[in-house]
Amino acid sequence: MQPVITLTSTAAPLPLPNIDTDQIIPKQFLKRIERTGYGDFLFYDWRRIQEGPASGQPNPDFVLNKPEYQGAEILIAEKNFGCGSSREHAAWAIFQYGFRAVIAPTFADIFYSNAGKNGIVLARLTEEEVQTLLERSTADPKHQITISLVDQTVTDNQGFSAHFDIDPFRKYCLINGLDDIGLTLRHESELDAYEARHNKEFWEAPKSAIA
Amino acid sequence: MTNSNSSQSTPNTPKTLFEKVWQQHLVAAPAGEPSLLYIDLHLVHEVTSPQAFDGLRLAGRKLRRPDRHIATVDHNVPTTSVQDRLHIVDQIAAAQVNALRKNCAEFGIEFFDVQDASQGIVHMIGPELGATKPGMTIVCGDSHTSTHGAFGALAFGIGTSEVEHVMATQTVPQDKPKTFRITVDGDLPFGVTAKDIILDIIGRIGTDGATGHVVEYAGSAIRALSMEGRMTICNMSIEAGARAGMIAPDETTFNYLKGRRFSPGTHTDAVSPSLGESPAAKFNSAANEAVWDEAVAHWKTLPTDPGATFDRELHIDAATLAPAVTWGTSPGMTTTIDAKVPTLEDAHDEADKKSFARAYEYMGLEPGQSIAEIKVDAVFLGSCTNGRIEDLRAAAGIVKGHHIATTVRAMVVPGSQAVKRQAEAEGLDLVFKTAGFEWREPGCSMCLGMNPDILQPGERCASTSNRNFEGRQGRGGRTHLVSPEMAAAAAITGHFTDIRSWKSKN
Repeated sequence: MQPVITLTSTAAPLPLPNIDTDQIIPKQFLKRIERTGYGDFLFYDWRRIQEGPASGQPNPDFVLNKPEYQGAEILIAEKNFGCGSSREHAAWAIFQYGFRAVIAPTFADIFYSNAGKNGIVLARLTEEEVQTLLERSTADPKHQITISLVDQTVTDNQGFSAHFDIDPFRKYCLINGLDDIGLTLRHESELDAYEARHNKEFWEAPKSAIA
Repeated sequence: MTNSNSSQSTPNTPKTLFEKVWQQHLVAAPAGEPSLLYIDLHLVHEVTSPQAFDGLRLAGRKLRRPDRHIATVDHNVPTTSVQDRLHIVDQIAAAQVNALRKNCAEFGIEFFDVQDASQGIVHMIGPELGATKPGMTIVCGDSHTSTHGAFGALAFGIGTSEVEHVMATQTVPQDKPKTFRITVDGDLPFGVTAKDIILDIIGRIGTDGATGHVVEYAGSAIRALSMEGRMTICNMSIEAGARAGMIAPDETTFNYLKGRRFSPGTHTDAVSPSLGESPAAKFNSAANEAVWDEAVAHWKTLPTDPGATFDRELHIDAATLAPAVTWGTSPGMTTTIDAKVPTLEDAHDEADKKSFARAYEYMGLEPGQSIAEIKVDAVFLGSCTNGRIEDLRAAAGIVKGHHIATTVRAMVVPGSQAVKRQAEAEGLDLVFKTAGFEWREPGCSMCLGMNPDILQPGERCASTSNRNFEGRQGRGGRTHLVSPEMAAAAAITGHFTDIRSWKSKN
């Protein structure tokens, strides 16, 4: 995982609440067994015209298809972003498309966890703060936002400044690009001791019961 | 953070079911970091595991405890015929199924292949095999892992990075969630099911209403439910944003589990239990009974202590509930069969208004339109929410003696091989086939349409599944979530039909 410290970029506004992971990456792309190559499939259905003779062509009205928003590394959305399925493909698609951060009032739990494990910064701001940024990025595609993970701030080039909360450990892992398994294996002796006393059949998984 | 462990330091403080299971699985609680939670059982399926196995291979890691994982194929297998399942035409899907076969062999995981007698949706087979037990911690790379909470297990969905973490360490780092008790008291009215309870809850609190919380469902209406009904409720906890849903184990739970293949004390010969036979027959020695009794004694210590407190509480009077129908593109957009599609004035806030407007257009509905007027083109009976034997019995009870409307295509997809066998033994397959339903092989099927079972653009479906998101059952498809009885009635009349008057008329 690449370390993240500060990010300054334009932002793509997606002013909708409850954006679910089925929209972020539709199911047909979940059949792949690779961890890469999902960027092109981000918001697949929303990026394409759904009906009529132009069906399947890029939808020029969708924000990610507008030339002025190309290169944006920040996505802004409304509450409960990432709800629904646990598919980590949603985080992979967002990162591999080129987004490094998402700003929203709230995120669904599993998505929040998946994003962190893929080096995506999720900044939770208030509804009002998010609306301000959505309006500014909609009005001006060149609107620059800076997210500082160290300071836990979101600022822009028009005087906006807001603080966001992040769990200190998650912040530490993001800044240092740390691998979770390696961190857990620091506790291997505790794990061995735990397993030795956790040996009742009512906690057992399959195999011991069919021996 | 993790350090709301105050109850840990004072052993006599009344504890919730969740807190007991959490504390019994804490491997380490390092200051300033997430707690390390031991995982008793990891369920594996084809879609969210291949990248995790690859990660292990790249790092030269093995499974710490291969005996604590079971795997099956469910999401992408065809349901049309045994032949189609053994030779999957979609080469990308076939490669994913083959990858799981190969990975299970390489890493030593027990695998229930596509025609195994125990194959089925991963959340069906855990309970059927008795692999799911009270007080356990259970994870799976699937958000509907919350289903297993019906047994008093702490069960939640994880992403693929966490799947790899569990494989390597048998733990997950977790911040301690908050607790939320939802108490449903009273008798359920005629025609109202577990599905209607959970849809009502999601409608009340919203799809982010329980974010960051583990919900415990309590109250007399919950206690009165069968294990099947309890699983339906816990299954959709994620649709309210909850980390997990739990129900305290009781005699209903113990009776369900006794004698199942992986239940404590079950005799070695007891494989592939049929749902119909008496599982207790699998016990043939005092030693087996002693193992079982020890487990039950432990399970009886798990329910929430009197006086334990929750971060949040909600009370619902069961008598006020009615059969639910979702009208929009989020499970929170739910109403009842005797109501109308909400208008913009019914929206709580600006965000809701925007979602409502978008949903009217996507769903092809007008605000104020009567739910009972809405015609359906397709009916899907199945999924980890409502693909169990009790669901099929209930639906068959409605269908018997009728035929589906000529404008409707309808299919029944049993959740597992065991459910399919049991239903066929009871003749339910004939009831459905005679009525014009297709009778399919087990899998996730049209719940998410990863396999060929999808809706066409604009097609409207009464579905017993769990999500009505845009495109969930196929691009442009329009999903209405309902109970099995309501789905069955809609198949016959061709539009949503109040099951309460149906039952009294027929």
